[in-house]
Amino acid sequence: MYKFRLFVAADTLNSAQAASNLNALCKAHLAGRHEIEVIDVFKDPKRALAEGIRMTPTLLKLAPGPVRRIVGTLADVARVMQTLGLDADAA
Amino acid sequence: MKLERSSPVTASRKSPSGILGFDEITGGGLPRGRTTLVAGGPGCGKTIFGLQFLVNGARDFGEPGIFVAFEEESRRIAANAESFGWRLPQLRRSKLLFIDAQPKPDLMQSGDFDLCGMLAGLALQAKQIKARRIVFDALDMMLALLPDLAARRREVYRLHDWLMARELTCIFTLKSGAGEPTFTSPQPYGFMQFMVDCSLILSHSVVLGVSQRNLRVQKYRGSSFDENESPFVIGDSGFNVAISRILGQLDAKVTQERVSSGVKRLDTMLGGGYYRAATVLITGVPGTAKTTLSGAFAEAACRRGERTMMVSFDSDGSEVIRNLTSVGIKLERFVNSGLLRVVSARTITGSAEACLVRIKALAVAHRARCLVIDPVSAISNSGSEVRAHGVAERLIDWSKSDRITLVCTSLLNEIEGQAVGDSSLHISTLADTWIHLNYLVQAGERNRGMSIIKSRGTAHSNQVRELILSNTGVTLADIFTAGGEVLMGTMRWEKESAERVAKEVAEVAGKLKLVTLDAQQAELQVQLKAVQTELVAKQVEKTLLASTTASRKAVTLRGSVRMRELRGGDAPRRK
Repeated sequence: MYKFRLFVAADTLNSAQAASNLNALCKAHLAGRHEIEVIDVFKDPKRALAEGIRMTPTLLKLAPGPVRRIVGTLADVARVMQTLGLDADAA
Repeated sequence: MKLERSSPVTASRKSPSGILGFDEITGGGLPRGRTTLVAGGPGCGKTIFGLQFLVNGARDFGEPGIFVAFEEESRRIAANAESFGWRLPQLRRSKLLFIDAQPKPDLMQSGDFDLCGMLAGLALQAKQIKARRIVFDALDMMLALLPDLAARRREVYRLHDWLMARELTCIFTLKSGAGEPTFTSPQPYGFMQFMVDCSLILSHSVVLGVSQRNLRVQKYRGSSFDENESPFVIGDSGFNVAISRILGQLDAKVTQERVSSGVKRLDTMLGGGYYRAATVLITGVPGTAKTTLSGAFAEAACRRGERTMMVSFDSDGSEVIRNLTSVGIKLERFVNSGLLRVVSARTITGSAEACLVRIKALAVAHRARCLVIDPVSAISNSGSEVRAHGVAERLIDWSKSDRITLVCTSLLNEIEGQAVGDSSLHISTLADTWIHLNYLVQAGERNRGMSIIKSRGTAHSNQVRELILSNTGVTLADIFTAGGEVLMGTMRWEKESAERVAKEVAEVAGKLKLVTLDAQQAELQVQLKAVQTELVAKQVEKTLLASTTASRKAVTLRGSVRMRELRGGDAPRRK
C-alpha cells in the first residue's frame, strides 16, 4: 500500500496541477493500492510547520519506506516515478 | 540643513537598526513596514547586517523578529553571532526565531512550485511571537530553484505582498552576481531593486593589500540619505558604519575651558593651555620629543583626575611608561590606579577604518576624556591615503562630539616634511592646535626647537622655544637670536652666562659711578656752605660798615656845631 501526503496551497495553479498529476499517476500505476492525504497549508499551517514544508506543492511518500519528498507540479512523470521507486514496480 | 532625527513623524516611519552609524546615514533606520534589499558579494556581511537588525530590534526596540535562513544553517549563524556578544539564547525563547529553509540537497523537484508553504508557517509563527521584523537571508538560494524568471518574479512579489499586508519590516539579502543576467534584466534580480523601498549595497575590496568594506544606500523611498559610500567594519560587537559627523551635534558644545598641556610655559604660550575637546597635532621628525610632549599632557590629565588613554603605535605600553619616567613623567601610578590606559596599537591590524573602530571602542570602554595617539600617522600606513584621510577626519569629528581632548603626534618626513610642513593625513588642516618640533644643528649640537604653528581661537606666542628634557621634566627655554641666528643649547648657555657677566660688570660700574657722584655732590655742598657763610659774614660786615659810617657822620656834625659854638665867631645859623 502506497501512502502519500500532498501539501497544497489553497487552489493555486501549481497545487492543482500537482494534485491532478498525482491522481493520474496513481490511477495508471497504483490502482487500488494507494492512499492520498491532501493538506492545505493555509488551513493547517501547524502541520506544514511540523513537516518543515517551505515550498508548495510538496509530495511526501510515507510508505513504503524510505520517505521521499518531491517539490513541484509533478509534471515530469518519469522522474517522479523514479524518485518514488515506482519505475521497477510498475514494469 | 540639519536632519530632523527626533521628529515623531520621521521616527515612526523608520525602524531603527541600532547599528552604529547606519541610522545616522539613513536618518533613523530602515523603512518601517517596508522591504529593504541588502545585496553584496560573498563575505560582505549581509547575514550579519540582517541578524544585527533583528537582535537590536528584539533587545532594544521591543520588536521581535524572525530570521529565515536559506543558505547557512541557523545553528551555525547563531554560533557565529555569539562571537559578537549578542545573547541569542536569551532572545530566542520569545523574541527571536530562527527558521531553517535551506533547500535540502537531496530535494527532488519536478515542475513549478511556490512559497505558500513557508508563508503559511511564517504567518503562524509571526503571530505567535508578535514579530515586527523579518529577515530572509540569501533568498537567491530559494529563487534559483524556480524554473524561470517569471516564476521568480511571481514568488518575490508574492512574498512582498505578504509582508506588506502584515506591515513587517523586512530585509532580503541577496548575493550580487547571483542569478543569470538577461537582456531584460541586466542586473540579476534587478526587478527586486525596483520593488523594494530601500536598497543597500555592501562591497568588500582589497586596496593595496588592505581590506576595505563599504556600504552604500542605493535608494530609499521617501527619505533623504547619505549617498556616498561609507566605510564600515565588522568589529567585536558587529557592524560599525563609519560616518563623518553626527549631524547637529558637532557645533553644540563649544567650550572656553582650557586643559593644561603639561608644560607650564607652553600653557602660557597658548594663552592658558589647549581647549577642552580640541584636537592637538604635534609634528616632528623622529626623536624630537613628540611622545614626551604628549606624555606630559597625559600626566597632567591624570593629575586632574581625568580618565586618559594613550595609544602607542611605536612601542609597548610598559616601554612607553619606562621611557617617559626617564624625563620625569611618571605614569605608572596612574596606570595602577586605572586612570590611565596605555594601549600598544601594534596589536591592532587591519585597515585604517578598523584601527579607528578599535581605538574608539577602547576609548569608550575606558570612558576616556583625554586621548593620545602616538603617532597618528601610523594609521595611514595601512590602506590607501585617501581612506586614511577620511579616517583622520572621522577621528577628529568623533573626539569632538564626545568631548575628548585629542593629542596626536605625527611623523614628518625629514626632507618632505620640513619643506612642506604637512602630514600625510592632512590632519594639520583639521587640527585646532599644531605644534611643530624640529632640530637645530649648530656648533656640533643638536637641539630641539618648538614652535606653535597654529592655535585656533587663542592668542599664541610666535616665539620659537627650546625644548629641554631633563630627569625632572620638560621645560621650555627662550632662545637667543643674534645676528639673524638662533642660538640654542650650549651656545645659548654661553650667551646667557656672557650676558650675565656683562650685566654684573655694568652693575658694579654703575655703583662706582654713583659713589663718585655722591662724593662730588657732597664736596660741592660743603663748598656751597662755606660760600654762604662767607656771604653772611660780608653782609654783617656791610651793615656794620654802614652803621659806623652813619654814627661817625652824626658825631662829626655834632662836633662842628659845638666847635662853632665854642669858637662863637659866627652867628648861629637860623632855619
